[in-house]
Amino acid sequence: MIGSAPAQPFRRPSLAWRPSTRFAYAALAAAFLVATPVVALILTALTPQAESLWPHLIANVIPQALGDTLLLLAGVGGLCAVVGVGTAWIVTQYEFAGRRSLEWLLVLPLAMPTYITAYIYVEVLGFQGPLQTALRAVTGWRSLRDYWFPDPRNLAGAVLIMAAVLYPYVYLTVRALFGMQGATIAEAARTLGASRKTLFWRIALPMARPALVAGLTLALLEALNDIGASEHLGVRTLTVSIYTTWLNRNSLAGAAQIACLMLLIVVLLILLEAKLRGQRRFALSVRQPRPLSRKPLHGARAAAAIVLCLLPVLAGALVPGGFLVGQVLQRGLIWQADAALLQQLGHALFFSGLATILVVGLGLGIAMALRRGRESWLAAARRVSSLGYAIPGTVLALGLLIPIAALDNRIADTARAVFGLELGLLLIGSGGALVIAYTVRFLAIAISGVESGFARISPRIDDAARALGSGNRALLTRIHWPLLRPAVAAATLLVFVDCLKELPVTLLLRPLNVETLATVVYGHASRGVFEDGALAGLLIVLAGLYPAYRLARSS
Amino acid sequence: MIGKTSLASLALATSLLAGPAFAQTVNLYTTREHGLLNPVLEAFTKESGIKVNAVFLKDGLQERIKSEGANSPADVMLVVDVGQIDAAADAGITQPIKSATVDKIVPKQLRGADDNWVALTTRARIAIASKERVKIDAITYEQLADPQWKGKFCIRAGQHPYNNALFAAFLTHDGAQKTEEFLKALRANAARKPGGGDRDVARDILSGQCDIAIINTYYIGLMSEAKNEQKGWYDAIKPLKTTFANGGTHVNVSAAALAKNAPNKDNGVKLIEFMLGEKAQELYANGNFEFPVNPAVKDSAAGKLLGNVVPDTISLSDVAKNRKAAADLVDKVGFDN
Repeated sequence: MIGSAPAQPFRRPSLAWRPSTRFAYAALAAAFLVATPVVALILTALTPQAESLWPHLIANVIPQALGDTLLLLAGVGGLCAVVGVGTAWIVTQYEFAGRRSLEWLLVLPLAMPTYITAYIYVEVLGFQGPLQTALRAVTGWRSLRDYWFPDPRNLAGAVLIMAAVLYPYVYLTVRALFGMQGATIAEAARTLGASRKTLFWRIALPMARPALVAGLTLALLEALNDIGASEHLGVRTLTVSIYTTWLNRNSLAGAAQIACLMLLIVVLLILLEAKLRGQRRFALSVRQPRPLSRKPLHGARAAAAIVLCLLPVLAGALVPGGFLVGQVLQRGLIWQADAALLQQLGHALFFSGLATILVVGLGLGIAMALRRGRESWLAAARRVSSLGYAIPGTVLALGLLIPIAALDNRIADTARAVFGLELGLLLIGSGGALVIAYTVRFLAIAISGVESGFARISPRIDDAARALGSGNRALLTRIHWPLLRPAVAAATLLVFVDCLKELPVTLLLRPLNVETLATVVYGHASRGVFEDGALAGLLIVLAGLYPAYRLARSS
Repeated sequence: MIGKTSLASLALATSLLAGPAFAQTVNLYTTREHGLLNPVLEAFTKESGIKVNAVFLKDGLQERIKSEGANSPADVMLVVDVGQIDAAADAGITQPIKSATVDKIVPKQLRGADDNWVALTTRARIAIASKERVKIDAITYEQLADPQWKGKFCIRAGQHPYNNALFAAFLTHDGAQKTEEFLKALRANAARKPGGGDRDVARDILSGQCDIAIINTYYIGLMSEAKNEQKGWYDAIKPLKTTFANGGTHVNVSAAALAKNAPNKDNGVKLIEFMLGEKAQELYANGNFEFPVNPAVKDSAAGKLLGNVVPDTISLSDVAKNRKAAADLVDKVGFDN
């Protein structure tokens, strides 16, 4: 029994349903944390400039950058939606050999950092890559003057490469929903004569829309904010023009202005989507839905299902992962590995772990506060808290740098004046700044993850528990928590993997002498010998592998 | 599993923060990947007993030091590209390097106004061409725009700082109108969209995608020593003697500056002096194929590989001042589109 009718915002007359102050504080703290760099960004954008950059930007930069950005987003979005929804539908609706493995393999590309994947594909498809080398060996051709070969260094290449590693965001959220829709509704539809096709287009997909939008939003923001892959592939997105304005024109203010424009567009799009979606909300049955029995596939159809699911895994995980393994072996990198690598791994795990705890804690607080009360300031706090993901990493780091350094200086000066202590810069020097920055950047993932978990718990359960005399605490610990756990675990793992992969923020805010795996790979890449960082790159992937596996199994 | 590892790394991080066993330290902020610098830094520590703490910041070094303000631990900053170092000096985060040693070694034109920065090495940006398909051995930057190279020219993004400085130098020589025409014609010659890195153009010459390209000299040296496929890229190319029609070869610098609020200022000066000394300059020059600024170091690997490069005589500060105008022109002609 799924409440496919709109679930009305529930009025709770007699019981004292107000957001518990503790959760409300968490929501406020999160909103404040995220708002800080956004405000710093806006203030930077408003710094008076000797001359405005905009006539030049509008004439020569923005039209092209906006065009490239929109094409990139349309391409990545379209591909992620088709691949994510398609594979999610196949693994939830059909039974075939290898389905259980494919179900988690499909999540793997999540562990591949986008920019590393871009570097890898340029090599794999390059002149000395295995494909062209083999082609020349077979045909006797000698150079690119004798034949044509696809070059990934353009917009189309960027779309394909980014979609190959970003589609799991869609796959994960949508699969969870398809999996939960349960047998009842499908059977009802079938009884009424609906084919599987009709079921997909008329029922499953519309119901999965919020999940699709949630996953797609994450994938698109990731693509929008990317700098490493876009730059390497020669795509001039808005984010790339922010960098150029900042560095070549030495205009942080101009860069901040473009970033603000971008943020505004993102916010408008998100609001527009929310408005289009309206109040439609699907709460699931109080009872655990009976799992849908999968239709068995055999022969050619089973083979087709396997191939369709294997292709994205191949493109997003096996090819780039295999390339890294190949480089590690070919260059004997394992034998050259030293203690520093372990230390870098330790740093990566430590900072990512700490940030993940903070992010998920705050995310839980916000979602719980919103579960209990629908006050408009709470909803606003939630929206503000999600903004961090919509800002390019470096811009966010620059925005945080100013307030954090100001606080650090205040602390250092006070400690010196009052206690005669030389503390130095406490937050920046300890990596605390890094943890804060990760938190701001990835809070959106935790919030939407926990919320999707709450969405699966019918408000009627709360009412039933209340009617039976359970208090706030009991409701939380005995009802919500056990039901929420899978969603919280999924959000935790997703945030952790994202922190591990994160580059621009880490690069700008880490303390002296601290390297993480991501910065080591980048260091090699910036010297033009990216392959020498293959082992560190592989470690990022491996560190993300276990979470990805758990992620697929838990939801 | 994650919990245990975190605990271990917590211990690791605290031990790291607990501070070094060295009595003396110097803190280095660098936009240059310090894998290249490590041999120099290790030699410095060995000789002076001063420990070097380093952080590699690609972009945003200036913003970080500026925000960190009065309590910033930064002592020395190392920067590649004259534009960056000039911007840092303009931002007021440097202080004059007062050292007779530095003044003696480095000529005035390789130091900033008021000695706010000092060049450590120079590197030239030149043309390379296919050994097999190109007959000439010398070319001017202006000639690269000649239609004879249509569909045969490769270059990284025009907005990359290295190209930005080259085009700014062009602007200083030939003025805005000629530079715009040059950029338009150069773009029209491109075999592919400008992008990738400097070494990629060598590979693209090997593959036959292009015949002629622009590259920083030290990459040529590094590829010549590579023990992997990059050696093949090197074998396919030859450096061309490249100059402006009315000048020399465009050079850029890697430079050092002393942070305004340097807590270990004396050690900072010592580090800079060490980096200009013969031993470090040799390491720099032979390890990374850059041109040493210390005239006492004569036989550098870069010199042997590339022959005599006669640097352009226009001042680097003029080049730095034209960066913005050069960036505007690159946008205007759609060089990177």
